Amino acid sequence: MAKVLLKGNEALAEAALAAGCRFYSGYPITPQTEILEYLSWRMEEVGGEFIQAESELAGINMVLGAAAAGARALTTSSGPGFSLKQEGISYLVAADLPAVIVDVMRIGTGLGDIAQGQGDYWQLTRGGGHGDYHTLVLAPASVQENADMMAEAFDLAEKYRHPVLIASDAAIGQMIEAVEIPEFKEHDINKFDWTIKGCKKGTEQRKIQNVYYTHPDYEGYLSEKYRQMEQEQRYETVQVEDAELVLVAYGISSRVCRETVEIARAEGLKLGLIRPITLWPFPVKAFKEAKAAKAFLTVEMNILGQMVDDVKLAIESKYPVDHYGSIFEIPESDGIIAKAKEMLKKEGK
Amino acid sequence: MRLVAPETVTFTQSGFCPGCGHGLAVRLIAEVMEEMELSEKLLAIVDVACGSLNIDSWRFDTIMAAHGRPIATAVGVKKVRPENPVMAYIGDGAAYSIGMAETMHTAIRNDNVVAIVINNSLYGMTGGQCAPTSLPGQITTSTPKGKDPKKAGMPFRVDQAFSGLDIAYLARGSLADAKGMVQSKKYIKKAFEKHMRGEGFCLVELLSPCPTNLNMTPVKSVERIKNEMIPFFPLGEFKDKKEEA
Repeated sequence: MAKVLLKGNEALAEAALAAGCRFYSGYPITPQTEILEYLSWRMEEVGGEFIQAESELAGINMVLGAAAAGARALTTSSGPGFSLKQEGISYLVAADLPAVIVDVMRIGTGLGDIAQGQGDYWQLTRGGGHGDYHTLVLAPASVQENADMMAEAFDLAEKYRHPVLIASDAAIGQMIEAVEIPEFKEHDINKFDWTIKGCKKGTEQRKIQNVYYTHPDYEGYLSEKYRQMEQEQRYETVQVEDAELVLVAYGISSRVCRETVEIARAEGLKLGLIRPITLWPFPVKAFKEAKAAKAFLTVEMNILGQMVDDVKLAIESKYPVDHYGSIFEIPESDGIIAKAKEMLKKEGK
Repeated sequence: MRLVAPETVTFTQSGFCPGCGHGLAVRLIAEVMEEMELSEKLLAIVDVACGSLNIDSWRFDTIMAAHGRPIATAVGVKKVRPENPVMAYIGDGAAYSIGMAETMHTAIRNDNVVAIVINNSLYGMTGGQCAPTSLPGQITTSTPKGKDPKKAGMPFRVDQAFSGLDIAYLARGSLADAKGMVQSKKYIKKAFEKHMRGEGFCLVELLSPCPTNLNMTPVKSVERIKNEMIPFFPLGEFKDKKEEA
């Protein structure tokens, strides 16, 4: 397929259809609304169902029904709306249901504002709803990845019968880039026996409910499920091998950091970059490549440095970890390099 | 009157209290499904409250959805499987309190799903708290001095609130006696007939006894329906949209 110019949100929407998604229900909220608007006309063209729900609560619970009935179902939101989805995400996890939920992150707590942000990291990676769970989280860094990750998200969701989250942000959602939409795939709603379709006489009734009620070894079953999901670590590294300071960044921040590494190296400063593609499971494996590192610096669009703890765990707190936070704008290389120099100075370099 | 229950009623050990109305509603739904030859097609969505126990009481493919969300979940199911009958089975707390937005907007969109709402005038699963359907003066665990309409409002009447909406069917039956059950079964059947013709949202409310939480004998709790509930919640059909030619 030829490349086309698309907004990140639209590419994500079209790629969802390409991945066989034929059910969407969502609620408008900036900066993800283009997904809803795009699917409002495009879903019908491919014979799927689009519902503008009365709330995010209704939207996610419609997705739960559609997923239980066998469809590849999608809902999308941002910040305040994503919080409202947590009830349903917790129920999807509990009932072993696959679905894809996108959070096009915006800045801040409470209402916050509509600009890009990376403040939902904890909510995304710690199980944002009530209970005892994680979900797989994919973090795209370009319009092309917005498209490519949809198919992967649906495949992973079905593989584990578990919701998969996509952590996009306002910058990626709103930017326009050339993108190749993956080839269209058909999805069969009768592909799996466990989906509800009507109970034939003399056959076993299908029950979609909390696995707690149905599995004889619930604890063992869940432990094994999460053990397997933890193997799905995806990441990218840039000149990490000989780096004295390793930047850790995902999403739009990782794109800036890629450039930062180049600029710093031209100045003789050995920086590298670990870019988590899965935020959960956190790509612990990637940190093995950082053989010369003396310090680590996360670059995130939030104030509290939400990813710092995960980096500390990955390197077993052997080296200092700090955070370069830029809340009101996308981080810039100058500031990152200045902070990196400061850290290395402290380490006696 | 048939004596043998349909094959879809499981008779496994039930979690329902003695004198509870849920078993009656299950029986009526199962009979309607059998008569309409829909037993092998029905997709049911139950709430997490007392009605959730039905997942084991009947042998239909069933989702146990979040509290108050079964109607929204049913809409999702129906869109994916339009050929199947799809029913949300919920209580009055789910339908008219926490899930009121979902109930109302499904009605506004006239989505083609059936909602069976069990109205027992209180929250059963959590031990008998005040509901939007509780009667004035009703003693509950959260209104120990009796429900004060000045604070909590009058009982919510779906017939008043929803009959102006462009929905396919709205009726209220009673599970208090044989006459009420015969009538209720007719309403349930009509709802499913309209549903299968694709006419839209059908809601049937059933007045149901909850002796445990009312601190009454089963007999007293059905008498209460007739003497105290029906004056507030009139029985009958309130909306019966004719098929469009």
